Order: sequence, then structure tokens, then C-alpha cells
Amino acid sequence: MSDTPSELRYTNTHEWSRIEDDTIVVGISDYAQDALGDVVFVELPVVGDKVNEGEEVAVVESVKAASDIYAPLSGSITRVNELLDEQPELLNSDPYGEGWIFAMSLNDPDDYSELLDANSYDEFCSSEENEH
Amino acid sequence: MPFIPHTRDDVSAMLQSIGVSNVEELFSEIPRSIDRADLSAVPRGVTEMEMLRVLSERAKQDEVGPCFIGAGSYDHHIPAAVWDLASRGEYLTPYTPYQAEASQGTLQVLYEFQTMMSSLTAMDVANASVYDGGSGLAEAILMAIRCNRRNRSRKVLICGSVNPFYIEAAHTLVRGQEIELIQGDLSKGTYSIDLGEEDEICAVVVQQPNFFGLLEDVDEICDWARTKNAMVIAVVNPMTLAVLKPPGEWGANGADICCGDGQPLGVPMSSGGPSFGFLCTKLQHVRQLPGRIVGRTTDRAGSLGYTLTLQAREQHIRRAKATSNICTNQGLLVTAATIYMSIVGLRGLGNVASTCHSNTKYIVDKLSKSEHVNATFVAPYFHECALELNCDAQTVCDSLLREHNILAGYPLGKSYPEFKTSLMVCATERRTQAEMDRYVDAVLSSCKSLAHGQ
Repeated sequence: MSDTPSELRYTNTHEWSRIEDDTIVVGISDYAQDALGDVVFVELPVVGDKVNEGEEVAVVESVKAASDIYAPLSGSITRVNELLDEQPELLNSDPYGEGWIFAMSLNDPDDYSELLDANSYDEFCSSEENEH
Repeated sequence: MPFIPHTRDDVSAMLQSIGVSNVEELFSEIPRSIDRADLSAVPRGVTEMEMLRVLSERAKQDEVGPCFIGAGSYDHHIPAAVWDLASRGEYLTPYTPYQAEASQGTLQVLYEFQTMMSSLTAMDVANASVYDGGSGLAEAILMAIRCNRRNRSRKVLICGSVNPFYIEAAHTLVRGQEIELIQGDLSKGTYSIDLGEEDEICAVVVQQPNFFGLLEDVDEICDWARTKNAMVIAVVNPMTLAVLKPPGEWGANGADICCGDGQPLGVPMSSGGPSFGFLCTKLQHVRQLPGRIVGRTTDRAGSLGYTLTLQAREQHIRRAKATSNICTNQGLLVTAATIYMSIVGLRGLGNVASTCHSNTKYIVDKLSKSEHVNATFVAPYFHECALELNCDAQTVCDSLLREHNILAGYPLGKSYPEFKTSLMVCATERRTQAEMDRYVDAVLSSCKSLAHGQ
């Protein structure tokens, strides 16, 4: 069973978000990193870019596949984790910590509550697994 | 057995369902000038023996005398071993080597090619080739836009002296992607920075030697581009790199992407194609490099092996998000080029380049002494030079072909209406002293008689 911290929010495209004032920090879930396998490259977003909810903002390339990372909500990119340029494997070893991908300010911080909570995300993952 | 599976009924049913009355109407958007080859001179229903006789008689019409045309395709000597080896069945027929276990020979050739191109251009990595110089430039532009996202501009400045055929191909390939190509001034033949002070540009394209054969101040252009946070795309002739400074060493940081046409490396001119393009870059941009890349690795038993690598860039993995929708390469021509380079070596390549330069200089110096001929541009040139005649350059070309069986050069008016009296000439290492002297005499007498006629 993968690790789904209850203090975070999730999307059904497997990003996690953590709110810090008006911004969220975003990464991929433990479930997602496990499914992807060894991550070999992360293409980071550009700081200052305005993005809409559901827009592709980054790419995670693993030995198995290349996957797009989507903006969980609408806003602007404020920071990116440049550590990943040299150590993309942080996504596998510490997906909720050092493996964060980017941070973004939110157009409307209230949107955060619309994201999935840990229980709903776990349910989503198990239903996805059952389909396969 | 018919090779076309559609019956007449199939065809009319298909036409009916899309509401077109006949096949001619279906293809009506193709200009009339190119859609019909005149086949009336081809005899109908002849035997193989008769056909061969017709063909060999007519092939004689193609046997023209010495070639002084360059303009992107060059008449270099190709050692016999190049195509003798490249035409072996093992090299001639293989398709994309997805299956590494069955394609080690092909993969190793491509790997050696990449290594040679990287070292010639002084760039970190090269791909396994693209179609030709023009598609190479288009891919380089698309790549620069992807690499330089922080710049936010989608404008690319193309120095006016870049090969006009490449520019046209690049326009065709990038115009649907909201990329603006700005062309710099070309009145002086080389690029002057103060003429193109565009505020926001994503990349600068500079060709060395440029289309007119002239040497650009690439160090200055490179460093200037850096101050604009623009990437530098170098278009080069690989033959010249044995002598000229390679793009990886231009300016303080070198060019970011390097592309060009590989025809000078063992590929016959064959009426303008096929040829192959190459694309090289710095390691930091390798994931935006389109096309095949072959890597060297070791297998489970620790033996050396080769395989396609970084395939997540390509369309069979990334689908619509691939770096390019062209993921093929010119495998056969690249094989020939790799054999060519290994036969002539770096020193041989340098000898070819310097002989081309001194041959061209010989005819330019001789012609320039005449009152009828001047250099069009005042700048150092490599193995090609535009000459200003006292008459229409196309007319001189026609008369030299008709009267002396000489291909006189490229009349610049074909690409630039303002240069109707400019003739671009190139004398490769294949031109003999006698051919060059005959050429000079023929050009001068043609100019003289045309000047008197006016």
C-alpha cells in the first residue's frame, strides 16, 4: 500500500499539493512514483508562467514512460525545485519532501479545498487499480 | 496482377462519399505547372533491350562539363570505396534499428557518425541525422524555442545571408507554430548587428560560411546574442570545419545548436538530392534534440554494445508530445558520409577544404582583373564567391553551357531579384588548372560579347 499523507490534497492525475499561505507546493504521489519506476529526468516549469487548472506544466521521464504533470489549480509558478536537474531520483526516494517539483500562487486560495483529500485519493487509486 | 487494389467502382464510391466528381478534381490544388510530367517522348510498349538503348542515348545529354556551381551542393571527389562499401546489402537495406540485438552494425555506424559530427563541430552531442540542411534548420529553430522557454519570445532572427532554400523550408515547417522568423538585412553580404536591433528574440541563426561564401563575424554575433538571452543556431558546411573555427568554440560560450547539410561528405550531387542533414547541440539540451540518438553501453555480460537511447523524446514513445514528428534519419547517406570521413580523415578533409579555397581564389583573382568583373561583396570568402558582372548572370550561364559545356555558377538573381548581375562561383578540389583557365576565358569572352551587344 502506498503512502498517502492525510495533511495533503491530491488530484486524479496523481499530483499532491500542500498549501502554504496563498501558494501550493506540488509533487507527484508515492503511488505515482511507484507506478512510473526510476525517474531519470524532470522538465521543470518556468517561474512566472501563468497556468490554468489541468494545464501541462512539467514532464517526468522514467525508465518506463514520459508523463505530463498538470497544474492542480489556476495561478502562477513561483518556484521550481532545481535540485531535480541533478537528482531526478528524489521523486522516487522522497516524493513528498525533497522530491517536490514546483510551487505556484493561486488565483483563488479557496480552490484548494476542492482538491481530493487523502481518503478520496486512495479510493480513486484502488478503483483505478481494479480497472487494470 | 494489378498493384493498385482499388477497382473503378471503389474509386467512384470513394469520390462520391467525399463529394468530388473525379480524381483530377481531387488533386486540383496542385499547381498545373508541377502536376503533369510530359511523358509523350517516352515510347510505349517497348522491350527491355529497346528501352535500355533509349535511356543510354538520352543519358548522354546529362553528361555536362566542369561544374562551377555551389550554392549548397558541391562537386567533391568521392573515393570509390565509399559507395562500394555503403552499397553492401547489410548497409543498404536496414530499417530503423529498434532491435538492438539484431542491428549492432548499423547502430555502430550511426554512433561513429555522431562521434565524428560532434568532434567536427565541437558540440557535445549529435543525432543520427535528419532529412537535409533545410529540415535541419527548421528542427533547430523548433528546438531553440523549446530550450529557451524562459526567454518567452517566439521570434527568431535569421541573418539575411543564410541559405534562402533553408529559410524557405524552415518557413514551411514552423509557420503553423506561431513562430515568427525575422530576416536580417543582406545588402553587405554579411550580417551587421546594428542593423537588426530586435528587442525580444529567442534565437539567432547564422551561417558560416554564409550562402554567399563569405565569413561572418561569428564570435561577435554569438556574444551579442548572449546579451539578448537568445540562443545561437549555427548553420555550417561540415567540409569547412577542418579549417574554420567550429561552432562549439564561437564567442565566449559557443553556439547552442549546430545544423547543416552533409552532402559535401561523400554524397553525390544527383540533381540536388537526396542529401542528409545533421543536428548537434550541447549536452544540457540533449532532451530537446529531435531524431534518433545512438548510445554506447555494455550488455549483461559486460561486452560493448550500441542501442537507440533517450527515446522518450521520440514519437513512438511520446506520441503528440515528441520533439519532432520526423523521427527518421538518412541512414544510407550517413553510412556513406561516415565511410568518407574515415577514409579522408581530418587532415584529408582539411586538404579538400584548402584546395577548394585556393581554386576558387584563383578564378576570382583572375576574373577580378578584368574591367567586366568585380566582387559583389567586400569580405573574406571560403570556397565560393559572388562576382558582379557587367551583364545578366543568367545569360552568361546559358551561354557557357551552350557554347562551352560548362556549368558556370549560380546566378544570384534566382534567389535575390536585386542581384541579377551577380554570379556565384565555386571551384572545388576536382577542378583542374586547365578547366579553371578555360572557365575564366569563357566567362570573360561571354561578358565582353554581351557588353558589346548592349
